[in-house]
Amino acid sequence: MADMQDPIIRIENICKTYPGGVQAVNNVSLNVNRGEFFALLGPSGCGKTTLLRMMAGFEIPTSGTLLIDGQNMADVQPNKRPVNMVFQSYAVFPHMSVAQNVGYGLKIEGRPKKEIAERVQEALDLVKLGHLGGRMPDELSGGQRQRVALARALIKRPSVLLLDEPLSALDAKLREAMQIELVRLQKTVGITFVIVTHDQDEALSMANRIAVMEQGVVKQIAGPAELYESPNCRFVADFIGKINLFDGQAKANGNGKTLVETPVLGKVEFGGDANGPVSLGVRPEKVRVSREKPSGNLLAAQGPVTDIAYYGGYSKVFVDIGAKEPVLADITNAERSMGPGFENGEKLWVSWRAEDTLVLTS
Amino acid sequence: MALLSRLRARREPIGPLDYYRKLWLRLIMIGTLIFLYGPISTLIAFSFNDSRRNIVWRGFTLKYYEKALENDELIEAFTNSLTIAFFTTIVSVILAALAAYVLWRFRFPFKAAYEGAVALPIVIPEICMGVAMMAFFARIGWPSDLPWPLSLSQITIAHIAFSFPFAAIVIRARLESFNRELGESARDLGASEARVFWDIVVPHMKPGLIAGALLSFTLSLDDFVITFFTAGPNTVTFPVKVYSMVRFSVTPEVNAASTILIGLTLVLTAIALRLQNRNNMNMQA
Ligand SMILES: Nc1ncnc2c1ncn2[C@@H]1O[C@H](COP(=O)(O)OP(=O)(O)O)[C@@H](O)[C@H]1O
Ligand SMILES: [Mg+2]
Repeated sequence: MADMQDPIIRIENICKTYPGGVQAVNNVSLNVNRGEFFALLGPSGCGKTTLLRMMAGFEIPTSGTLLIDGQNMADVQPNKRPVNMVFQSYAVFPHMSVAQNVGYGLKIEGRPKKEIAERVQEALDLVKLGHLGGRMPDELSGGQRQRVALARALIKRPSVLLLDEPLSALDAKLREAMQIELVRLQKTVGITFVIVTHDQDEALSMANRIAVMEQGVVKQIAGPAELYESPNCRFVADFIGKINLFDGQAKANGNGKTLVETPVLGKVEFGGDANGPVSLGVRPEKVRVSREKPSGNLLAAQGPVTDIAYYGGYSKVFVDIGAKEPVLADITNAERSMGPGFENGEKLWVSWRAEDTLVLTS
Repeated sequence: MALLSRLRARREPIGPLDYYRKLWLRLIMIGTLIFLYGPISTLIAFSFNDSRRNIVWRGFTLKYYEKALENDELIEAFTNSLTIAFFTTIVSVILAALAAYVLWRFRFPFKAAYEGAVALPIVIPEICMGVAMMAFFARIGWPSDLPWPLSLSQITIAHIAFSFPFAAIVIRARLESFNRELGESARDLGASEARVFWDIVVPHMKPGLIAGALLSFTLSLDDFVITFFTAGPNTVTFPVKVYSMVRFSVTPEVNAASTILIGLTLVLTAIALRLQNRNNMNMQA
């Protein structure tokens, strides 16, 4: 028996090259801890589904090892793995009723009819479909079908539940409700969830930890706040949320400090050692906008407003300070008034604290 | 320019989608119907004609149906045909389902060649198939004096060989619409490959199986050429018997027997379509 402290899934140097020559997953190593809500996040085509399907056993890794619950999965068929999957299309069997769908896994295990019926009802109640057991799938909405797929996968009490873009087919309102419900469900059943998504909001709001992927490579694995506030590269910084980036040159001065020079922001000193080209980044909500020149230990620049977009609770203000793109500042409309009170073309100062600035070397 | 537009304006205003109001379209529709059903309706009508010759209408009668049903040779031929068609249907649908599944599910060397080889008999002229079959059975010395149902084995085997590709193509086409995630999902829930086939794939194939069965049945039932070459000396099927009867004269008796056959085919088709519709409705999810 594996140690309970061990990760439930351990992936070491896994690669997958499809017969056509596409390298979908490139030397990925990661651990998923027991009881965790883990997300694989990345743009479409970056290899998330491939990685998930290797965990389920539907794709065979070209190289590398995959351990689930301490057991090497190399020779284990998909039907013998302690994981269950919710497919992107939900894959609800169209010729079986809801109850038959949910009970299918137990029927295969050869459980007695009575036990199946009880556990099916329990699973349906869990996903709030308790009254729909007799329906056929074509009588269900997309959201209900997804719940059937969830109940069907959970009824087998797997060690890990794998979900491939489970919310992408739902409309915006339902998606938000399901995000909350999936988190609740995961807490209730205490099963490890691994979810694939291309939607950063989804990953940030649901997952305990997130692996950000790009072109088959995992760029960073961290919690949501760490990913947002301390991305380790431009790709992650740009993919998670919005960010203003300024290209510059770094020069370490040898005593733990680095001087970064950018055309628009001048010379700024940061902690750490870096040399060569870097990017300075700042999140839009950390940028302040003012008519007067701000004072204090701030990075600041002046320029005309190019655009103001009003979103109700906040406004986006774009200020052209001469960088590649205008600086974006999110201004909270904290008081009841007609927007942020700036005008297009007006010359404004943008500023932010040095400690809110990210220095990205890759 | 002005003249042209005035001419257009004076025309009957037929909307761009009012095809059915155009004369040429109506003519085509009526023409095709006559072409398709003229001969058959004549055949059916004259099966009720109270005259030995199929020329003028002499009043309604059912006596040729009685005659046809009392004709032992005709009934025997009919029974043979139905028996052959029954076994042909069962065997070729099973073979076709397996071949289609293998082609759809797996990747293997020379798959394209295999797929082509399965479909090829469709375009091979029947006469060649017939001669080849006859030569084949003669070469391997297939016994021709077997007792009754076995005496039909040559014809049945030949029919399976030429109707199975049609069924395979229909079933293969049906499989194209199968969502592979359904199979994977069943596997994920613990099913073996065989279990996935029975529990998930076969129910999806059902409309294809029904269509394939109907095709095999009718192909076998009305086949003349291949049957003619593979029939033993003492086995006669319905088409062959009808052929021998009309060599002397076309009697209303032949009309009556043919009408019964048409009716039987229509009923079977209706049943198959009903089954298929029900399935399609379940499959839409
Ligand atoms: N069965 C397959 N055969 C060949 N290439 C594939 C197959 N499945 C996926 N790919 C390719 O692998 C890459 C990663 O695909 P996928 O894992 O589905 O990405 P994601 O789920 O992140 O969108 C893509 O370039 C895709 O075209
Ligand atoms: Mg995907």
